[in-house]
Amino acid sequence: MVLKELMLGNEAIARGAYEAGVTVVSSYPGTPSTEITECIAKKYDEIYSEWAPNEKVALEVAIGAAMGGARSMTAMKHVGLNVAADPLFTASYTGINGGLLIVVADDPGMHSSQNEQDSRHYARAAKLPMLEPADSQECKDFVKIAYEISEEFDTPVLIRLSTRISHSLSPVEPGERVDYQLKEYQKDIGKNVMMPGMARKRHLIIEDRLDNLKRFAEESSLNQIFWGDRKIGVISSGIAYQYAREAFGNVSFLKLGMVYPLPEKLIRDFAAEVETLYVVEELEPFLEEQIKALGIEVIGKELLPVTGELNSRIIRERLLGEEAESEVIGVEDVPGRPPVMCPGCPHRATFHVLRKLKLTVVGDIGCYTLGALPPVSAMDICVCMGASIGIAHGMEKARGRDFSGKTVAVIGDSTFIHSGITGLIDIVYNKGTSTVIILDNSITGMTGHQENPTTGYTIKGEVTKQVDLVKLGEAIGIERIKVVDPFNLRKLEQVIKEEVSVDEPSLIIAQRPCALLKKANYSGYAIIDKELCRNCKQCVSIACPAIVDKGDQIEIDDALCNGCMLCAEKCPFDAIAKVGGSDE
Amino acid sequence: MNEVNIMIVGVGGQGTLLASRIIGNVAINSSYDVKLSEIHGMAQRGGSVVSSIKMAEKVYSPIIEKGEADIILAFEELEALRWLDYLAPAGRMIINKQQILPASVLTGQADYPEGVLEKIRVSTDNIISIDALSVARECGTTRAVNTVLIGILARLLDFPKEKWLASLENLIPERYLEANLKAFETGYNYIQ
Repeated sequence: MVLKELMLGNEAIARGAYEAGVTVVSSYPGTPSTEITECIAKKYDEIYSEWAPNEKVALEVAIGAAMGGARSMTAMKHVGLNVAADPLFTASYTGINGGLLIVVADDPGMHSSQNEQDSRHYARAAKLPMLEPADSQECKDFVKIAYEISEEFDTPVLIRLSTRISHSLSPVEPGERVDYQLKEYQKDIGKNVMMPGMARKRHLIIEDRLDNLKRFAEESSLNQIFWGDRKIGVISSGIAYQYAREAFGNVSFLKLGMVYPLPEKLIRDFAAEVETLYVVEELEPFLEEQIKALGIEVIGKELLPVTGELNSRIIRERLLGEEAESEVIGVEDVPGRPPVMCPGCPHRATFHVLRKLKLTVVGDIGCYTLGALPPVSAMDICVCMGASIGIAHGMEKARGRDFSGKTVAVIGDSTFIHSGITGLIDIVYNKGTSTVIILDNSITGMTGHQENPTTGYTIKGEVTKQVDLVKLGEAIGIERIKVVDPFNLRKLEQVIKEEVSVDEPSLIIAQRPCALLKKANYSGYAIIDKELCRNCKQCVSIACPAIVDKGDQIEIDDALCNGCMLCAEKCPFDAIAKVGGSDE
Repeated sequence: MNEVNIMIVGVGGQGTLLASRIIGNVAINSSYDVKLSEIHGMAQRGGSVVSSIKMAEKVYSPIIEKGEADIILAFEELEALRWLDYLAPAGRMIINKQQILPASVLTGQADYPEGVLEKIRVSTDNIISIDALSVARECGTTRAVNTVLIGILARLLDFPKEKWLASLENLIPERYLEANLKAFETGYNYIQ
């Protein structure tokens, strides 16, 4: 008997790639997809893996590898697929050579995202097949099937995950890796150069391909019927299937492993056999609208929510008429515990100064987005990866120079490389005067410490060339570039004041490593000398989770404090000293 | 085969993820179907975190809903209170008597509730509380809070002790293993 292992859905996707003989993986980190590529880099040396600067590049690398005859993969979060949408739509036309798989992880409920878009729409819009596994074993199995589909139908294939699939562990039976041989590469401009003349012909082929995929969907074991009581039939897929199965018990299910294109005949046949038909899906009525378009009566989103995550309780209440949750055990209101920037976080210092200067702060995506929340409350706007810079420029063009004199864009190092650099070029090229602050903490922080082009290391930890942000700024025409340690609060304040007031673009690089990195080199902890402390609460104003305001006195929690000493920098009475550890 | 739902609640950074994996491994090595659900990413930055472990002959949904947790393993008092309504009517709570103040309390915007354990006792008598941080410190590392609590949990479940030890040895890095085994043992012998 093969021993089963508990794997995250993400780890199972990685395992599937390994077993399918994949040799090239390029991705950009994004919750909840990150562990797929991390796991490949860590466990499977047979696969070349890399962090690309963004999802568009990552997909292009995967397309290149597939055109070159290898089986390749890219993994990203749902909003990453927006970035990669351009190559996605045209790779649909070119098709592949070796198999190409794009894994996209949605985040219903937005545990760690700025929207909860439903990626299934991309499959339909780009005319690509999409599979949706419902547990870790299926994650692994579907990856292997995806490559077979990809090569049989000459198409990129999408796999859609969601947070509860990516970040749930369930048993997986590991298998052997296939010895995949590189396919021969041959020049074929009719297929691989998408100029209008070629693309018009390819579009016809893509429509045929979709018809063929529909026929495949009718027969494929990806779509399964489980007959139970035929009074009720449920059509569902992915994690929603698990919730439905738990809520409905022994009714009949059509479980779709392939959510695009749909098996129309299979759906009709199933619908004909049951009295009442439900469609249970998270987020958009993607299956429901297509099934209704077939003239089949179903109950779905008129009762189920289009927002947030589903669970079996919602299904029981909305579809089975179970009474709404009676309080099992009463819980009084307890203070919330939203995530916070860590003790020693370099961003805390920067936001402290920005708040003090009362600037309009256009933010970006990363740990530092937490700077928008109280008590820091130093961010006005945050839309998507890299947007801070373009938005700051747009505000200047709308509201004028005086406004831009009170505005900054803040963006992390990885996010800047991802898609901030183009915005900065726009400012310089179009004579903007905005001030951009790169929060350079030497790592991609929020997703759990991934290397990026500014860190000087690859995904495998190998030393590589490091993007020099100062030279990069110079090269695009910025003449005012300042590098500051944000923990030097006075200096940082002075630099920001100067730079927002000048009539030209400026770049401030606030450089200090993430507090969780070894090279942050923090040690010991801070204590407050009660004799010297005047309870002025200046230290409290930096909003460090280790500093406790007890009203008549202030204490520092020695278990949380890491001795970063930013509070001491702030203290006007030299009342804070370091205990233990080594002084730098 | 009894169905068991276990929830682990705490504060990001307390080691709840490792704890849930240790428990999950024991279950899978005892021929249970198992599903674990975790939250990664943003919520981990000092926020309230929860993971769930469901074991049964066949598990569908990986998440535990209100009133369904047979055991809640709370790494922090306020979090025990926050997730109390997930406890099944006859469920048990194992509570680490540690208090980590949320940002709103630190800055004086809110108060940390007084007498959390007493408040929980109003709803359920099935509580085991322990100062796991002190126990862990005595065992050699404050990072062994999770294994102290797992030790207590192990006593409440039916799996043989060897399976727990094997799971610990499997998942805990060598250099922390000795302190963690000691912590587990102390937890295991905490209730008679």
